[in-house]
Amino acid sequence: MAVLEILTYPDERLRRVSSPVERFDAALQARIDDLEATRLAGPGAVGIAAPQVGWFERVLIVDVSGRRKTSSHGRLVLVNPEITEWEGFAMGREGCLSVPDYTGNVVRAERIHVDAFDPEGNPVSFDMEGFEARAVQHELDHLDGLLFLDRLVSRRQDLFRRKVYK
Amino acid sequence: MPNWYMLTLVGRDRPGIVARVTTALFEAGCNLGESSMIRLGDNFTIMMMAQSERDREALREALQPVASELGLVLHVDAVEAGRHQRPVPDVRILVHGADRAGIVARVTSLAADAGLNILDLESDVGGTDSEPIYILQIEGTAEHGQEAIEQALAPLQSEGVRVDVQSVDTLIG
Repeated sequence: MAVLEILTYPDERLRRVSSPVERFDAALQARIDDLEATRLAGPGAVGIAAPQVGWFERVLIVDVSGRRKTSSHGRLVLVNPEITEWEGFAMGREGCLSVPDYTGNVVRAERIHVDAFDPEGNPVSFDMEGFEARAVQHELDHLDGLLFLDRLVSRRQDLFRRKVYK
Repeated sequence: MPNWYMLTLVGRDRPGIVARVTTALFEAGCNLGESSMIRLGDNFTIMMMAQSERDREALREALQPVASELGLVLHVDAVEAGRHQRPVPDVRILVHGADRAGIVARVTSLAADAGLNILDLESDVGGTDSEPIYILQIEGTAEHGQEAIEQALAPLQSEGVRVDVQSVDTLIG
């Protein structure tokens, strides 16, 4: 396993849309291991997406199980993930391994349903909420070339109702 | 190493203040840092960190013409940079209720004694002239934990002030 270099904004490669994984093989598993080693080497990251290390395939890892009072499915490695249902919205503060020294407020869906594949190619699906749902939405954005900076909102509007998250 | 300054500019609001001030700063060779610019009442207020090769008086002289033209009071103070030391808030406090004398002092004194360090505070007065309401939003770090602040502010609820203490969980991904 290797700790890989993390691309940081404004590196244009973070804007690339990643391609679906087509082969579920040992090479994929090895790259996932490197991705996880890189996440763990960072400062308290609960997730990482493949494009953050210059790997432009639709793979993300999320693990919020280390946080108290947080509902979680443990460590999730999601390949070709898709969010198929959204419900509610909530504002929360986010930062990113690819955007050092800045955090800001972002609105995300409160509850989501995710369809994906595990690293062996088996279909998996999860209903998740709160912090875990936020983490998956943050990482999935990376697969589409988006950063939390693209979704910043002002705390000033906190008391007002927003349009439905899309 | 160029010096950092805190610039304060306040005056009656009108269109173009930010554009004119930041253009003057650019033309004076300044590098801008963190800033807060907001309209308060009829006034526009700017607090902004700027880096400049000039000494304080020379920077003030460079900005004075545009400040005078726009009717802004200008202060220039030398400060420590302190960049890349941004504390991340872990608690948010929302307070609202009927406007009354001393509400901010009461909330912030109780919270400070319970370990709150305020990073950002916004307050507003809404409602009607006869029944004004006061809205306070605070973000900060809770040195002794969120529960300590909740307990400290709990007595306010019985005084008709609505207080909501929320945790701010910053997701790093």
